[in-house]
Amino acid sequence: MAKITLDNLAHSYLKHPQSDDDWALKELNHDWVDGEAYALLGSSGCGKSTLLNIISGLLRPSRGRILFDGRDVTDAPTAERNIAQVFQFPVVYDTMSVGENLAFPLKNRGADPKYIAERVNAIAAMIGMEEQLKRKARGLTADAKQKISLGRGMVREDVNALLFDEPLTVIDPHMKWELRTQLKQLHHDFGHTMIYVTHDQTEALTFADKVVVMYDGRVVQIGTPQELFERPAHTFVGFFIGSPGMNLFDAQVSGTTATVQGVSVPLGDSYAPVAGQVQIGVRPEFVRLHAGGEGLPARITRVEDVGRHKIVRLDVGGTAANAILDEGTPVPAGADRVSFDADAINVYADDWRVAPQNLQGRAA
Amino acid sequence: MTLTLEGVSKRVEGQTHIHRTDLTLQNGTMNVLLGPTLSGKTSLMRLMAGLDAPTTGRILWNGEDVTGVRVQDRKVAMVYQQFINYPSMTVYDNIASPMRISGKSKSEIDAAVRKSAEMMKLTPFLDRKPLELSGGQQQRCALARALVKDAGLVLLDEPLANLDYKLREELRAEIPKIFEEAGSIFVYATTEPEEALLLGGHVATLWEGRVTQFGETPQVYRHPVDATTARVFSDPPMNFLPFEKRGGSLHLDGGREVPAAGALGALRDGRYMGGFRPNHMELERSGAGDIAFETRLAVTEITGSETFVHLDHHGTRWVGLIHGVRNLRPGQALTAYLDPAHVYVFAEDGPLVAPAAYVEAA
Amino acid sequence: MNKTVNQKAWFLVLPVLILVGFSAVIPLMTVVNYSVQDTFGNNVFFWAGLDWFRDMLESERMWNALGRQLVFSGIILAIEVPLGIFVALNMPKKGFWASFCLVLMSLPLLIPWNVVGTIWQIFGRVDIGLLGYVLAKLGVNYNYTQNVIDAWATVIVMDVWHWTSLVALLAYAGLQSIPDAYYQAAKIDQASRWKVFRFIELPKMAGVLMIAILLRFMDSFMIYTEPFVVTGGGPGNATTFLSIDLVKMALGQFDLGPAAAFSLMYFLVILLISWVFYTVMTNLDKRDGV
Repeated sequence: MAKITLDNLAHSYLKHPQSDDDWALKELNHDWVDGEAYALLGSSGCGKSTLLNIISGLLRPSRGRILFDGRDVTDAPTAERNIAQVFQFPVVYDTMSVGENLAFPLKNRGADPKYIAERVNAIAAMIGMEEQLKRKARGLTADAKQKISLGRGMVREDVNALLFDEPLTVIDPHMKWELRTQLKQLHHDFGHTMIYVTHDQTEALTFADKVVVMYDGRVVQIGTPQELFERPAHTFVGFFIGSPGMNLFDAQVSGTTATVQGVSVPLGDSYAPVAGQVQIGVRPEFVRLHAGGEGLPARITRVEDVGRHKIVRLDVGGTAANAILDEGTPVPAGADRVSFDADAINVYADDWRVAPQNLQGRAA
Repeated sequence: MTLTLEGVSKRVEGQTHIHRTDLTLQNGTMNVLLGPTLSGKTSLMRLMAGLDAPTTGRILWNGEDVTGVRVQDRKVAMVYQQFINYPSMTVYDNIASPMRISGKSKSEIDAAVRKSAEMMKLTPFLDRKPLELSGGQQQRCALARALVKDAGLVLLDEPLANLDYKLREELRAEIPKIFEEAGSIFVYATTEPEEALLLGGHVATLWEGRVTQFGETPQVYRHPVDATTARVFSDPPMNFLPFEKRGGSLHLDGGREVPAAGALGALRDGRYMGGFRPNHMELERSGAGDIAFETRLAVTEITGSETFVHLDHHGTRWVGLIHGVRNLRPGQALTAYLDPAHVYVFAEDGPLVAPAAYVEAA
Repeated sequence: MNKTVNQKAWFLVLPVLILVGFSAVIPLMTVVNYSVQDTFGNNVFFWAGLDWFRDMLESERMWNALGRQLVFSGIILAIEVPLGIFVALNMPKKGFWASFCLVLMSLPLLIPWNVVGTIWQIFGRVDIGLLGYVLAKLGVNYNYTQNVIDAWATVIVMDVWHWTSLVALLAYAGLQSIPDAYYQAAKIDQASRWKVFRFIELPKMAGVLMIAILLRFMDSFMIYTEPFVVTGGGPGNATTFLSIDLVKMALGQFDLGPAAAFSLMYFLVILLISWVFYTVMTNLDKRDGV
């Protein structure tokens, strides 16, 4: 186990990067705390895999250093870093048996055969493949192969970190639950430092203690799932996390009131005058629908029954917005107004969240 | 227009891929095939398309038998999980290709291509080659091609599976709208219950080569005909609770006895399998009739606004989806509450005996 | 995947059947016809039964030729397959040099057989050939027209030069299909270079290598033009392989009957070996379970 430090790290796939756009990974400083479970969340091309490959040593960063427990490993090859990685598509050695696959990393390090046998049995039990240890890996299903890959990552007890690169892509939904909770349980039991790359918010949020949200080569927010949900630091985080994502409305903000489309919307906090393009963000979970009364005029365009809740698609003065209602809550008859829970509103200027003035009781 | 499968089944080398299936799909509807990998979704689609011939049964198109008709001679369009476009053609030519084959006039083609490109938000990219586009745009191109073909039957085999989560969300919201306008029979295969619900329309649940139920999507979700359908159509998976009803009480595993409240009181004496969805589990008592369970917490997962709790109850693993963020310690004892009105009752061998009472009330 | 059963499709195969009939079956039948008859010319034939086959089976000459042929094919495979794999492993994976290597490697494959023979025939001559001249200057007593070892070496080196790139290209294609993740996983597992080859590259190349071996075996087993041009089967009968012997028999001595029997047996041997290869290959595929 080790603390992993990224020191002024940046990467470009070009030899001579000119503009900002040429950097696949923009300058980044971060400490990955020993024993925590992290998720790297972002859409494809946001730089999350680049970052993962730099940590594992498959890629050398163009700038900056990477340290394991304070030791500079920027130029150390992958094998020396003592990390384990699980890839998107299962990587198994087809000609070996399941057991030989699991034993492979230990054998390569010249471990004692007795110890190897013990570890292989323990891991096989963990991934539920004790029965198949003698079977050739060739011809197994994708699920089973990915379990072997996970097992191979887990077999060494001395790894500095376990890295996962979208490991559940090829797995069935029902199986995803099982594998993910297994991973979570393993983290709880053994306390490995884990970094999990994914574009799937549910996977990221449910797996990680801390989620690192990346956008366009930049880390836009690092926080607990709750922080990301309640206080998205950037409109991208608001959009990317939550399904559907956060609603955004252009607004003027002064003090404890925002003005949206000429209607006053009370805020939960007081704000100093804000410059730039100002918007308020509110998640669909905190949008209330009612007929008449206070609030913004709105028109319901569509109601989608998704089982445990309903998604109400709205047109709020030309801006598309969403509201979520519980399964048991009917859409109010003749609903033509929306209002928001004041405490759940965030204010954004040029896409970045603005901290409220009175900081008591809530961290910005 | 209708597509009817009449007693259709498919056997390959002694293995049954599709059990006897009767199904009628109406024009202008979205029909979702929902089931795990290898449950027969693709096999069923291939039969519908005419890529495979059924071992038994007939396939009728508007009442006319088309069982032996080749796929080329049917009006079928298909979109796959992989983004399949002609790499050397521009997006425009890609979309136009099915119409060129059918020999439409230039102006007709142009109008149709521009219309579907507009729908799929591809207008700015018409001159590009598919490989210069993002994954989402490539799949939009394939979808646009399926749309202009003016096919009576459009088959979509997990078309969004290879896309990013957010892109999937976006296209998922658009697809039903677009296809409502187009007015063909749409068949859409997916492994995800949530996707089926978002797409709406009708759903056929599949399990091991068998269509277990076909009906309107919310209806199937709330009135599953058996435990298998309920399991397939629940993510996270449905929780199960075996019990025996005797007189005025329910006897649970572990020797517990609770009064048979509400609709459960009306059951005949006997052994049953209770089923409830994760979002109906509570950690606080919400009503006097709630059944309390002493469980042990195995894992928690926080989504930001909700908490998944994985509970061990007498050797069975349950999943609960709880509102709000809870800071709980794995390993701790936890009391879970369940409103009996949220319990589906299945016979021990699977068929639904009584749907959850809350569904009936709504 | 199962395709729709459609009996009409057989008609589409008909032209090919007719073509194959003319190009293969009818000539073959002619040979069968010759192999069971004897003639003294003037198109007069006598029934000879299986005599020619018996003769050929008892003929030391044929067994010698077969022995030489097997040794030759064995050596060719033993050199070309490992060498081809080695070359493929060391070729650049992408970029300009990858294309450059590919073109360079394809060049020998584009040269007609007889030209290859001629090139080496001249190349090896002690008086005017670069190779022969240099070797002679270095004090090596090299003469492929008189020395058996030299003749064999020349024919083998020539074939290796001509055909190794085919094996290399096929192996290269197999290597290209291995996703990067495999190499990355191997690095992380601290697998040695040998293990990467043994457990990743070799299994992934197995399919194409089987094809390469099959092609090279059949080709080398039927080799005619090049040794004929270079050594003419000599010195003595040292490089008289099966097909050279066959031609000598059929055209040189006009022993049509024995030659026909010979070629039928030759044909059966190749068919048998190819069938064994094919079975092994399909079994490999089945084990894959795809």
